[in-house]
Amino acid sequence: MRLTLRVWRQKNAGTEGAMSPYEVDGISPDMSFLEMLDVLNEQLILSGEEPVAFDHDCREGICGACSLVINGEAHGPERTTTCQLRMRSFQDGDTLDIEPWRASAFPVIKDLVVDRSAFDRIIQAGGYITAPTGSAPEAHATPVPKPDADFAFEHAECIGCGACVAACPNGAAMLFTSAKVNHLGVLPQGAPERASRVLDMVSQMDEEGFGGCTLTGECATACPKGIPLFSITKMNREFVQAARKGR
Amino acid sequence: MRGGGRATGGRTLWDSSVGKKTVMAVSGLVMLLYLVVHMIGNLKIFFGPGEFDHYAHWLRVVGEPFMHYEWTLWLVRVVLLVAVVAHATSAYQLSRRDIKARPTKYVHKKRRASYATRTMRWGGIILGLFLVWHLLDLTTGTVHPGFRPGHPYRNVVDTFSTWYGNVLYIVAMLALGLHVRHGFWSAAQSLGVGSRTRDRFLKTTANVLALVLTVGFVSVPVAVMTQVVS
Ligand code: HEM
Ligand code: SF4
Ligand code: FES
Repeated sequence: MRLTLRVWRQKNAGTEGAMSPYEVDGISPDMSFLEMLDVLNEQLILSGEEPVAFDHDCREGICGACSLVINGEAHGPERTTTCQLRMRSFQDGDTLDIEPWRASAFPVIKDLVVDRSAFDRIIQAGGYITAPTGSAPEAHATPVPKPDADFAFEHAECIGCGACVAACPNGAAMLFTSAKVNHLGVLPQGAPERASRVLDMVSQMDEEGFGGCTLTGECATACPKGIPLFSITKMNREFVQAARKGR
Repeated sequence: MRGGGRATGGRTLWDSSVGKKTVMAVSGLVMLLYLVVHMIGNLKIFFGPGEFDHYAHWLRVVGEPFMHYEWTLWLVRVVLLVAVVAHATSAYQLSRRDIKARPTKYVHKKRRASYATRTMRWGGIILGLFLVWHLLDLTTGTVHPGFRPGHPYRNVVDTFSTWYGNVLYIVAMLALGLHVRHGFWSAAQSLGVGSRTRDRFLKTTANVLALVLTVGFVSVPVAVMTQVVS
């Protein structure tokens, strides 16, 4: 496959960036999107140019490091992570626009890499269980009803990639925050801190400068892990209940 | 704030983006309830000046003898004023936050959410402006040449005998339909009552409410234009 890429290039956080055009050839449809960028970078290095900086780690769709808005869609046209996106999703001769996540809470560090530590601080505000849990306990020690376990699992799937923020016209982190709030809130281990967790995490979310929810649903459409839009609904309920309790 | 004293419930709500949506939802639903009643009341115009003007008079004496003349009406007006102010203030503050949170647009544009979703802000502004005109036109009569207090039937026919009266009113009612269509469903999510199993019901209710309100309100100017009411 032969492709025209228009890639966001930006030297560092302090400088202005712009889209730069590149041509790549000999791309196999079986390559992942990141492997295609590897090809581009080899090409750039050979010609003495600065390679394109982009985030990646596991390349297995489980770590949440990869990002990229491809043709206006977070993680590209399929519902998966950029590392799991295959080039067969595109046509020979296509022009692809590749941009970083856009949100004021996710400033661009270089090229396609953004600083997502705002997510870490939301987790630090309450996305955990305070009691030391030690090694994995015997599974039957604390019975969890099957529907609750399923619900927790569905939300535990969030990999913290930030595609929801990138896709949201308000740069909101509601889907991410709700995934963690719901995951822990429904389990017996997380229940004691249920009310303070949602209040602290939402307040940190606001402090980081993320926007509010206007229920456009773009986040849930973009989420590679299928966190449902109703997670936000559920978090809203948790929040109002916790605010009433005042803790 | 962990461990320390936390602000009271109301404060927590108002200071948070999630809580402000709760305020929007509740105030929106209060206005929506009022609009349903208002729309049904308006339909009395089809039964002639006697019934319509009598109904308007009754609005002033509801609750008597417990309530004094116009007390109930003023109570409703105060509740609505609080709702409008709370709704518009949170809409303004949330919109500012949203725009600030996403200052850079993507170079590659993509078609976005549904029409009703995208028009909430502009639609809301249109409704706010309409509300001011509507009150000055048919409540106080300030911008209504030849306004006759106590003769609402005549005043209504008057307004809808002008082209601008019809245009302003019908545009605003279409905006209202769109606003309610996304707003009702949104409010359910903001209040945490939406779910996968209830979604069909909520979306259908939103559509029906939007349609009934718009058709009900618009039927009045259309009736005047077509001389069904004169
Ligand atoms: C003063 C004029 C108004 C303005 C400026 C305004 C503005 C807005 C805005 C910006 C939103 C948020 C949209 C979003 O989050 O997606 C909204 C939501 C809403 N509006 Fe209005 N609106 C106005 C009048 C009305 C009226 C007359 C009604 C009554 C039918 C209404 C009912 C609602 C409802 C139910 C919501 C949903 C609240 C939620 O998302 O939780 N609004 N409005
Ligand atoms: S909710 Fe989905 S899109 Fe958002 S961070 Fe988690 S996995 Fe990524
Ligand atoms: S690189 Fe780990 S999810 Fe894509």
